[in-house]
Amino acid sequence: MKINVDFDLCESNAICMQIAPEVFEVRDDDFLYVLIDHPPAELHAKVREAVDRCPKQAISLAEDLPAPE
Amino acid sequence: MVGASLAGLQAAQTLRRDGFDGELTMVGDEPHYPYDRPPLSKHFLAGAWEEEKLRLRAAADPDALGLTWRLGTAATGLDLEAKRLELSEGPALGYDGLIIATGAAARTLPGCELAGVHVLRTLDDAVALRADFDGGPDHVVVIGAGFIGAEVAATARERGLAVTMIEAASVPLGRVLDRSSGEAIADLHRANGVDVRLGVGVSGMRSAGGRVTHVDLEDGSAIQTSVVVVGIGVVPNVGWLEGSGLTLDDGILCDETCLAAPSVVAAGDVARWPNARFGGAPSRVEQWDNAIEQGAYAARRLLAWLSTDPDLATDLAPFQPVPWFWSDQYDKKIQLAGIPTETAAVVHGSVQEQRFVKIYLDDAGLFVGALAWNRPRQAIQARQLLAEGASAEDARAKLAPAPA
Repeated sequence: MKINVDFDLCESNAICMQIAPEVFEVRDDDFLYVLIDHPPAELHAKVREAVDRCPKQAISLAEDLPAPE
Repeated sequence: MVGASLAGLQAAQTLRRDGFDGELTMVGDEPHYPYDRPPLSKHFLAGAWEEEKLRLRAAADPDALGLTWRLGTAATGLDLEAKRLELSEGPALGYDGLIIATGAAARTLPGCELAGVHVLRTLDDAVALRADFDGGPDHVVVIGAGFIGAEVAATARERGLAVTMIEAASVPLGRVLDRSSGEAIADLHRANGVDVRLGVGVSGMRSAGGRVTHVDLEDGSAIQTSVVVVGIGVVPNVGWLEGSGLTLDDGILCDETCLAAPSVVAAGDVARWPNARFGGAPSRVEQWDNAIEQGAYAARRLLAWLSTDPDLATDLAPFQPVPWFWSDQYDKKIQLAGIPTETAAVVHGSVQEQRFVKIYLDDAGLFVGALAWNRPRQAIQARQLLAEGASAEDARAKLAPAPA
């Protein structure tokens, strides 16, 4: 799984950070930082929930893309 | 699923993700695939986004969820005994489980039938209003300073239109914010050139040739205008359920697990349920994130119901979310977690710099909510603290700026 954020859409509502703080962080500069581009399997359910609940629909997933070796 | 918007779509997606491989049908009275409503009053009305950008991501490929779409079809009746749903078109549908997420409709006023007078709830409403904005009217009158009214006023100003916003209450957003935050909203609109009239009701509208010409106010004044937007709240869409046996009282009354009747759950704006986190009085929540959370929860509740003996309690915990909403007006992002009270303290930043966090305490001094004004990170932090039941001292310390 590979996470893509459309930064033209992202408005740092930080819902993703609430759901998956291991992966998403909105810092005090109000920008979103993706901490893990290829989250491990145990985080996939949380990441999917973050995708669903992004108020700007700014996060998308390439589900089939494995992490690079 | 009855209702093809945010809550219904999330329910469908959850059913599939959780392994339900049976037949699914989605009934929606609008002709459109599920779309996102918040941008209607902002990007779409501003002219920055077109219709295709509004489609909800989970419906981007309508075939992906393996469901039968019955769009442009309204549910017209429900027979709980026979487990049958009547539709505006075609034969009745039988079901094993039913998820009701029919949402709410914009409340109207006498005069709403006139040309130039709009409500804003659906894509079709937004298309009609945008067309009137595109015509470059001399003046726009917004009736009601709730979310819809305030956001429409902001977008109209950003389009360079002259705007008067009228609110019968003494502050904008009085139903969802504390008084001083509501006053800050009024100031924000005034600073952006909106003529804000508070504490005065509308007595009627006048027209010529079927088009609105004036809005008359209860103080005897009148405003000449060719475009009016009425944003005075919503009423839950439950008319089709009259006589069904479901308890209808400002929405569909559910138990603490969103169950409305055997094999029937409800989610989103139409559902009224007791959230034990806030004393357990049943309430409806008209919030975007709640529609998603509750749609997912209701789907799981229904699966639990269908998979076990109905006499057995489900092991799902009651639905007890911490409410959260955002509103974008001009360059301000306003977010509220929990519930507002009049006992508030700014714990981060300041109102002057237009970047702050305010916490709310209840009568017993407990931390029950927080407002973040251009402070998104802290809004979510506050929501988390509320979910954990943090004390006021704890919230104050954790939401304060980190030492430099």
